[in-house]
Amino acid sequence: MTLGDNMRVEALVKKRKYNVIFFAVLLILTLTSIVLTEFDAAKGITSIPRAIRWATSNFYPDIKSLEKIPRIWIKLRETIFLSIAATTMAAICAAFLALLGSKTTRVNRLLGAASRGISSIFRNIPLTAWALILLLSFGQSSLTGFFALFFFNFGFLARAFVDTIDEVSSDGVEALQAAGATYFQIIFQAVIPTCLPQMISWILFMIETNIRSATLIGILTGTGIGFIFELYYKSFQYHVASLVVIFIIISVLVIEFISNYVRRVIL
Amino acid sequence: MNLLEVTNLSKQYGHDLLALQNISFSVQNGEFVAVIGPSGAGKSTLLRCINRMIDPTDGEVVFDGVQMSKLKKNELRMQRRKIGMIFQHYNLVSRLTVIENVLHGRLGYKSTFAGIVSHYGKDEKKQAFEIIEMLGLTEQVYKRCDQLSGGQKQRVGIARALIQNPRMMLCDEPIASLDPSASKVIMDYLRNISTKLGITCLVNLHQVDVALNYADRIIGVNKGKIVYDGPPNLTPEEVYMIYGSAAGDLIFDVGGQHAS
Repeated sequence: MTLGDNMRVEALVKKRKYNVIFFAVLLILTLTSIVLTEFDAAKGITSIPRAIRWATSNFYPDIKSLEKIPRIWIKLRETIFLSIAATTMAAICAAFLALLGSKTTRVNRLLGAASRGISSIFRNIPLTAWALILLLSFGQSSLTGFFALFFFNFGFLARAFVDTIDEVSSDGVEALQAAGATYFQIIFQAVIPTCLPQMISWILFMIETNIRSATLIGILTGTGIGFIFELYYKSFQYHVASLVVIFIIISVLVIEFISNYVRRVIL
Repeated sequence: MNLLEVTNLSKQYGHDLLALQNISFSVQNGEFVAVIGPSGAGKSTLLRCINRMIDPTDGEVVFDGVQMSKLKKNELRMQRRKIGMIFQHYNLVSRLTVIENVLHGRLGYKSTFAGIVSHYGKDEKKQAFEIIEMLGLTEQVYKRCDQLSGGQKQRVGIARALIQNPRMMLCDEPIASLDPSASKVIMDYLRNISTKLGITCLVNLHQVDVALNYADRIIGVNKGKIVYDGPPNLTPEEVYMIYGSAAGDLIFDVGGQHAS
């Protein structure tokens, strides 16, 4: 064997050693967490069939539950419109923040860093935390849900928009700068035309996500589809509760379908 | 008087990377100058320091009698209108049509509002169509730029620069992403622009043979310094001096059979 071969074999051995160590650590971590949380793995697995049996015998909509459809529909509509409103309002604010935060369009470094910081704070506070914080000031109203979604979307979309601007419009922006165009000319003639389709795509994605999250937010804030689910669930009307879940799934699927269609057309 | 005068230009990135060191040269009105040198020699930085797309660390650029470093934001925009720029990756707004992209070259002459709403004058549109015809793009006028070939895109880039009515063109690797036949078309157009319209051209090139065939003058750059400045009849030794040890990998022939 040559010196080179020797080194390669050594590297392989080393790599295998690291793999073994990695899996050993993972195993130890899993075992300690099971012990610490007193989670009985065997009991967990064996109770799965029981859970399925319960769901199939209780958690399905029956004829009587169909009477509640109008009530569910009103709440679902409220949730969908709330999600759309929160997303679009957040998108408008996020677009301004993104223009300041993007390397391509920022006014100066300081404002750029500040804007990225703001967006990071808003999106790194989890949605449920936002809802709980806002509960204190707005109480159990749809405003709480709206602002929780609004703040989280604002942070998330600002970040997505910054990446979009940097990724797709920096070339065109450079050319217009070299031609002597003004800042706002560059925004309207280069940044918006190149970024708009991707931005709309992000907004549609957020609307979908929001309808899912709005269910949880609704449970916390006592509004919308989440509230009605909790109401029926806690009053043991499992048939109606299951109908609510089905409605949520259908609405998410429909919105996903619509946004996929829109995406195909604009991109 | 020289159109462009560069004196002791330096550009430093961070603490130790000197992209340009004490670059001095001047370009006369109507000259076609090729800047050659290995990758990372500082060619792009040099070009961008002239219209201050990159701010130089030290030294002075005088273009058309104006000291570039002294200019305020708006004055710089006014000065940039006189300098057309061509890019390796064309830098078009690819979702817009050819005519929209060409008219972007007029933005520097318009009020912010007129530019935002794309309000161009009759004579501007007429000039745009003339330039587009000159560059053989008439059939593509209303096509979106992402449907064009590389050579067509670069011609749109040239049209956008020409409609600025520039005194000088800065071309940063205009043919580096093109196949040989499209490259020849683009270089012929640039040569024509220089000869017929009297617009000064400063062209960064990767291809030594192309530079030797088209340019009136060659500037060789290596490691941020000018190592050659003279007529386009370089000896192999001089090419070696510009490219250093990388010269061995070059595929070219000095004054070769590509000369037309």
